[in-house]
Amino acid sequence: MERELRLMKGNEAVAEAAIRAGADGYFGYPITPQSEILEYLMGANPMETTGMVVLQAESEVAAINMVYGGAGCGKKVMTSSSSPGISLKQEGITYIAGSELPCLIVNVVRGGPGLGTIQPAQSDYFQAVKGGGHGDYHLIVLAPASVQEMADFVDLGFELAFKYRNPVMMLSDGAIGQMMEKVWLSPQKERSKTVPEWATTGKPPTRERNIITSLELNPDNQEKFNQKLVEKYNRIRENEVRFEEFQCSDADYLLVAYGTSARICQKSVQLARGEGLKVGLLRPITLFPFPSKRLSELAEKVSLMISVEMSAGQMVEDVLLSVNGKVPVYHYGRMGGIVPTPDEVVAFLKSKIIGG
Amino acid sequence: MAKIRGSIVVNIDKCKGCEVCMVSCPTGTIAMAREVNHKGYYYAYPAHPDLCIGCASCAIVCPDGVITVYKTKL
Amino acid sequence: MAEVTGIKEIIKPENLVYKRTSVMTDETLHYCPGCGHGTVHRILAEIIDEEGLQSETIGITPVGCSVFLYHYLDIDSQEAAHGRAPALATAIKRLMPEKFVFTYQGDGDLAAIGTSETIHACNRGENFLIIFINNGIYGMTGGQMAPTTLPGMKSSTSPFGRDVKTMGNPLKMTDIVATLPGTYYVTRQSVHTPANVRKTKKAIRKAVQYQKLNKGTCFVEVVSNCPSNWKMTPVQANKWMEENMFPFYPLGDLKDPEKQSTEQK
Repeated sequence: MERELRLMKGNEAVAEAAIRAGADGYFGYPITPQSEILEYLMGANPMETTGMVVLQAESEVAAINMVYGGAGCGKKVMTSSSSPGISLKQEGITYIAGSELPCLIVNVVRGGPGLGTIQPAQSDYFQAVKGGGHGDYHLIVLAPASVQEMADFVDLGFELAFKYRNPVMMLSDGAIGQMMEKVWLSPQKERSKTVPEWATTGKPPTRERNIITSLELNPDNQEKFNQKLVEKYNRIRENEVRFEEFQCSDADYLLVAYGTSARICQKSVQLARGEGLKVGLLRPITLFPFPSKRLSELAEKVSLMISVEMSAGQMVEDVLLSVNGKVPVYHYGRMGGIVPTPDEVVAFLKSKIIGG
Repeated sequence: MAKIRGSIVVNIDKCKGCEVCMVSCPTGTIAMAREVNHKGYYYAYPAHPDLCIGCASCAIVCPDGVITVYKTKL
Repeated sequence: MAEVTGIKEIIKPENLVYKRTSVMTDETLHYCPGCGHGTVHRILAEIIDEEGLQSETIGITPVGCSVFLYHYLDIDSQEAAHGRAPALATAIKRLMPEKFVFTYQGDGDLAAIGTSETIHACNRGENFLIIFINNGIYGMTGGQMAPTTLPGMKSSTSPFGRDVKTMGNPLKMTDIVATLPGTYYVTRQSVHTPANVRKTKKAIRKAVQYQKLNKGTCFVEVVSNCPSNWKMTPVQANKWMEENMFPFYPLGDLKDPEKQSTEQK
């Protein structure tokens, strides 16, 4: 089957890509700006075609725990929400991480804190990248910057989730979720018939019983388990860093931005170069693992870095850690649902060049 | 009429001495031992084995599932 | 294994009438002496054994005293977050409709923190079995007031007795779910006497049959004891339960389609 070109919203692309990825189940709850995912899936009714279960849960809490149950059976399951809903899901997410289960969680971020706004923001970076729930754990975090990537990262997300038995979060935002772009959709995949050996599907006489749990009362055993997780996260850091460079080879100044901000900064780079400033852009595609090594290398070549985010300054902390004092690092951000303009970013860059 | 005779086996190690079997026994077969098991519980035992009719009441009410029951017609 | 036996001559394989099912593991239960959890675990294991369901069963365990149910039943299990078992079971049963799925939950898990998950799973008529152990107290955390604690009943967080004016009234979750169209069979039982154990076993077996027939949610409450936190001996606790719990939580079927159809005739 051929790939198919369509004009879609980012949210719709996630939904269609989930069906095509051969997902077994989606469990969601309405919240702006991501309700189109649930709406699209309900309308597509994939139970009739691929057999995919789609259910509107009674809450985000229930939805993520449905994901937990389904993931424990070795199924390809996912949920989506936006910031306040993702906060509610944190309990389930830490259980899923603590039970080492694969799943995909899509966060179409809106501004906060609290009920905040329904406009796009990138203020859930800490929550996504640094844990979110209790206990030592990490999600693999993918940051799409286009409708195409929202579709593509469904498949990639499931692949990484099963490879590492770890929850994966797609950290999108209200702008990419709502905007329409052309998107190439992958051909329909069959739903997997293989059952992972750890899955709870009923204990046949041929194996020991499988137990999905995150409970361990013996501190020695719990520490061993924590160490096992640390090793896994290190393997992920080693193998799964993804990023994109835009005009970095001769850059004197570097912008670091992901998602919507990266789209803006791409334009800022063009504008600045038009004025003779050699600016480059590094766009992290994985936020965990973070492209620290590459940033550290680039810090040898550029004279300053600016982390551009729709937040009060969250990713900038990881940029600072990566650069480790080699060059000055600044944060430029807009909040409350405001997307920065390319000109604003250039103006900020100039002020820092002059100031520096 | 054939007389029904029963016999029970109590796993002493797992008995917690809750006495629920003793009060559930319709014939007064079971009593609690005067000595304790390795966990410190006064375990149940068939103090009057001749009275046992093998009805399994003790076994089905035992929270720890420590009693096995046999029955025969004499 | 140290054991004491009755009349030795009778102890022959052909005379065996009752032994512990192999669906229960050999692990010693961590429950306090006389606790009803062990009895319900065993009934459940016996039914899984007798109905040949071991390879078809996925059990969801709660947070509470019975969190370690998965140590004792030789079946595939998932350990849920507190109160969320019905959400897990919803997904599991929908993704694998041919399997036998049950949740096992205490009163804190099901009737306090998990009220929403319980009611909505029942309201959707999710086709699995909910086993609800109600002993009117939080056992594992040391005897705090539960949503089902009786009026006037003492606990570590209602040390002068539950004052319904400030602490609310006991919640009859079983009565609530019985009113929902999604539930098919709703019953309240106990396991403190051999006769009651037999009835509870019959009820759970019925629920298993109904699940095979895709009838909807089956809900079996077991009114149980907590000798340690009630601060009584097991035998006293069972008597107290009869005298105090049963009048408030009367035993019997709240919703039984078989009975309804008989009555209609």
